[in-house]
Parts: sequence; C-alpha cells; structure tokens
Amino acid sequence: MQTVFSIAVDALAYGMVLFVISIGLSVTMGLMRVVNLAHGAFAMIGGYIASYAARDLGVGYAAAVLLAVVGTVLIAIPIERFLYRRIYGAPELTQVLMTIGITFCVIGIANFVFGPTLKTIPLPETLQGSVDLGFRSIATHRIFAIACGLVVAGGLWFLIERTAFGIKIRASVDNASMAAALGVRTEIVYAVSFAVAIGLAAFGGVVGAELLPVEPYYALRYMVTFLVVVSVGGAGSILGALLACLLLGAIDTTGRYLAPEYGEFFFYLAVIIIVILFPRGLAGRFK
Amino acid sequence: MAASMNDPILVGPPVRRNILGSLIGIAAIIAVGIIGYYLFPNNLALLTRIIAIAFLVLSVDLVTGYCGVATLGHAALFGAGAYAAGIASAHYGISDPLLMTVVGALAGALAGLVSGLIILRAHGLPQLVLSIAVIHLFHEAANKASSWTGGSDGLSGISPTALLGMFEFDLWGRTSYVYGLVLLLVVFILLQVLVRSPFGMLARGVREDPVRISAMGASVQSVLLRMYVISGVVAGIGGALNAISTQVVGLDSLSFTLSAESLVMLVLGGTGSLYGALIGTVVFMWFEDVVSAANPFHWLTMVGALLIAVVLFAPKGLYGTAAAFAERMRGRRA
Repeated sequence: MQTVFSIAVDALAYGMVLFVISIGLSVTMGLMRVVNLAHGAFAMIGGYIASYAARDLGVGYAAAVLLAVVGTVLIAIPIERFLYRRIYGAPELTQVLMTIGITFCVIGIANFVFGPTLKTIPLPETLQGSVDLGFRSIATHRIFAIACGLVVAGGLWFLIERTAFGIKIRASVDNASMAAALGVRTEIVYAVSFAVAIGLAAFGGVVGAELLPVEPYYALRYMVTFLVVVSVGGAGSILGALLACLLLGAIDTTGRYLAPEYGEFFFYLAVIIIVILFPRGLAGRFK
Repeated sequence: MAASMNDPILVGPPVRRNILGSLIGIAAIIAVGIIGYYLFPNNLALLTRIIAIAFLVLSVDLVTGYCGVATLGHAALFGAGAYAAGIASAHYGISDPLLMTVVGALAGALAGLVSGLIILRAHGLPQLVLSIAVIHLFHEAANKASSWTGGSDGLSGISPTALLGMFEFDLWGRTSYVYGLVLLLVVFILLQVLVRSPFGMLARGVREDPVRISAMGASVQSVLLRMYVISGVVAGIGGALNAISTQVVGLDSLSFTLSAESLVMLVLGGTGSLYGALIGTVVFMWFEDVVSAANPFHWLTMVGALLIAVVLFAPKGLYGTAAAFAERMRGRRA
C-alpha cells in the first residue's frame, strides 16, 4: 500500500512536470507543424539560468523562476527569427535535422559554459520538507509541481477556450491561410504562442529540476519523452496531452519502482504499443 | 516527405551513361581506398571504422533517401549485426570472418524486419517517435541481457580466424581494411543494381507519391518493408565488419547518437544517392576525427552548427549540390 501510494504521488508529480514542459511543444506543433526536437533544450536552458541565478547570484526562488522564463524566451526569439522561420512548411526531414542541430549546439555550449556536472536549483524553505497527510507524508516539492501543472492546464484551457486570442489560435491551428484571409494576424499568433511555449518549457524545466535533473544531455535524454507526449496526446490538444502525461508518468514511475534493473525498457515498449494502437493520438481517436 | 531533397540527375538518364557513371564511381572508390591505405598506414583502424559506418549510412539512404521514411533509429540494425557477429564468435565459436559477416547480415535483416514492422505502422511524427523508441528498446534490451552482450562493459572475446584461412587479422588492421573495402565494393555494386531495378524505381515512386503508387496497384507497405529488410542486411554487414575489425562490440553501436549521426552523414552527403551516402560518411568521420583530436569539448557544437549550415545552405547535401552545379555548367555549354 505504501509503495502504491508513493508510486501514485511520484507518477502524478512527474506527469505534471512533463505536462508543463511539453504542452508548449504540443501547441506549437499543432499550430506551426514543426517537428521541434529542440524543445527540451529550451527547458534545459531555463533550468541552467535558474540554477545560475539562485546559486551564484543568490536571488530568491520566485525571482529565479521569473529570470529563467524571461531569459529563455529572450534567447529563443533570435533562434525563432533566424532559424525556425526558414523551416515552417519544409519537409519533415529538414525540420528534424535543423532542430537536432540546434539541440546539439545547445548541449555543446551548455557543456562548455556550465561543465558536465548536475546543476541543482536550491529550493526555498517553504518547499523543502514534507507535508503530513495523517497516514502518509508527501514531499512539499511534489505537491508544488502538481499544483503548477494544474494551474498551467487551467490557465491554458481558459486562454484557448475562453478568450478572443484563443479563438484566433484555434482558427490558425485548423486552417492558417483561411484564418489569415479572415483578418487574423497569424504571424503574431505564431510569435506569441512560440514565446508562451518556450516560457512554459523553461518554467517546467525549473519546477521539474528535482525530478528531471539539469545536466548537458538533458535535451537529448528527455527529447523522446516530450515528443512521445505530443504524439500520444495528439498535437494541439490540452486534454490529450494531460492524459498522455499522466499515463506515461505512471508507466515510467511504476517501471522504475518495480523493475529498476530493466531501465526504461518497459517505458519504450509501452510507447510503441500506445503509438501503434492510437496512431493519431489519444485525442485523435475521439474526433 | 523528403521530396525536395531528391536529385534530378539520377531520375532516368540514358542507360549507357548510367553504366559508364557506375564504372567511374567504382573506380573512384577503389582509388580512394588505395590512396587511404598508403596515405594513412598507421590509421587503418579509423579507415575501417569509416567503411563500417558507410554501410550504415548506405542503409539509412535506402529507407530515407529512396523511400522517404525519416528514421532516427537505424543504428538498431547496425548494432544487431554487430552483436550477432560478436555473439556468434564469443559464445558459439563461429569465428570464420565470412560466416560472421553472414550472421551479421542475417541478424540485420531480422532487426530490419522487426523495426520495419513497428516503424511503418505510423506516419509523420508518430513514425519518428516509434523509430526513436525502437532504438532505445534495443539499447535497453542489450544492456539488460548482459550475460549475452556484456552489458555496459561491451562484448569482448571476439577472435576472428584468418580470412579464407590465409590472411590473419594483424595488429595494423591491414586485413580488416582490405576485407572491408572489398565488401563495400561488392555491396555498392549490388545496391547500384538494386536502385535501378524496377523495385528501386517503385521505391522512389513511393517516396514521391504513395497514394498514386497504391492506386497503380502496388502495395506501398510491402515495398517499404522489403526495403527495410534489405537495408537491414546492409547495416548488419557493417555491424559485423565493425565487430570483426575492433573485436569488441559496445552499447554505443545501438545508441540514439549513432542513429542521429548516420542521418546527419547522409544528409551532409546528399539523400537519395549512393555516392552522397559515401561522401557524407567520409567527410563527417574525417571532420569528427580532426575536431575531436583538436578539442573534444566542442564536437557536439560543431556537429550542430554543421547540420544547421547544411540545412540552410546546401539542402541537397555535398554531392547533390555538386551534381546540380555540374548539371548547370553542362547546360550552359550545350
């Protein structure tokens, strides 16, 4: 019972962190149809900035998170302007190569600047320790991660379903040229969604640093996981992504608890089975 | 998918020029091989490694360049060949290099069949995800089955006997280099025949327009799957050659990095042409050797920058760009 409970809490926290990082990827992929393998690299940049700010500059946790999000978006803007613009609408292979190239560059530079060691982001007092639920105690940080995931999901849902900007996003996802013909400034929609996506990736990278430790190969190690979330959830679907994250988080965490010697074997096996069963994603099935 | 990356030259020029071109190409490979042998007599291990990787890149070319299937998991086929040849030698005493190569080719074909069956179930992003999952699955399986594969320590105890009973595998790697070169030539000629056969044309048709091919009555799925098995044979031979020449097999031969790098090499050289695959491999591996000798720290950054540069400035790859340039010059003269 203890094990089941710990697995459930860890799986939920892990799934929520995955969600925060990969929902941006899902939205941009649905919107711009770019296979972006470099998304994890932006989450990693966020983690590095937060770590640097908190440990070397000594700012508080909240400020470090803010700096990470803003800093990553600032780094991403020229990359989007000069590199991503050229691969919108290009063949898939071209997009894969370009974004893998960006990932490799980021890894190499991170390795050079920060060294190959793990970087930690010191948690504030309030997030350390654990909360006693009476029958079981949970690390406060896990609860924080879960709460962040819920807030992000709720906020995005509100943004996309309930605001005027959300209508423009949905119109552009469904048919970009038609939306443009009807007066939607699609390039602004693209730019804003890209910035939001990168910001969320950086945010997730910082909040999830306890579960997905920040190191140079972060971008490569979790690239697959983020892509899997999008392809299992279906690009552009918040509900699908949430389901996919919780499912994959549960599978991965259970595998790690019960059969650690198999590494991620069962995770990838499950991925293959899920993708074959739902080739258009979990959400695609119901359309 | 990769429709804009084909080169127009190979699509149906007169047959006689084709054969002449092949002869020139084969002569060029032999010449480069001999020059390499005499220019770098102390570095034959690297040259043999380049040949082994060239098999992998040719194999990626078959499915990506000729059929338009983007895959980031092709090292699975290479690693399967390497491990099969290694296990045959280390555990079953099959140490004849020719037999080991055959074992590697068969294992590669099997791995090609399995991964083809999985990867070809989806299209687009899910397909890419499946290919990545496949290479990680192979990697984890090899790591777990350490009593067979040596796990993360690598598989050692491979001791190939003399080639044809006459040529011992010496310390300088002369035998394995010549063996690899001859193997490469044979495979290259066979592949030249294959890509010009009706089957090769069908594969190219699948890349250009799968819907039309299926409307014409051919089964797209079966073409792709057959191509996957063939590419498995090619990659498996490369893996076996690597196992024979280095006499160890490490988990890196089943890694995502090797898969990604082989795709990079292909694109650098030019997709959809066998020469492109070879040129890309040689340039990339040579570049890697120079850069990592100078400063291993920046290797990944350099690869990334190289990739971005190729995508931006030479989307057809080195060979494709050069061929297009030559064509344009010829057109100007005519």
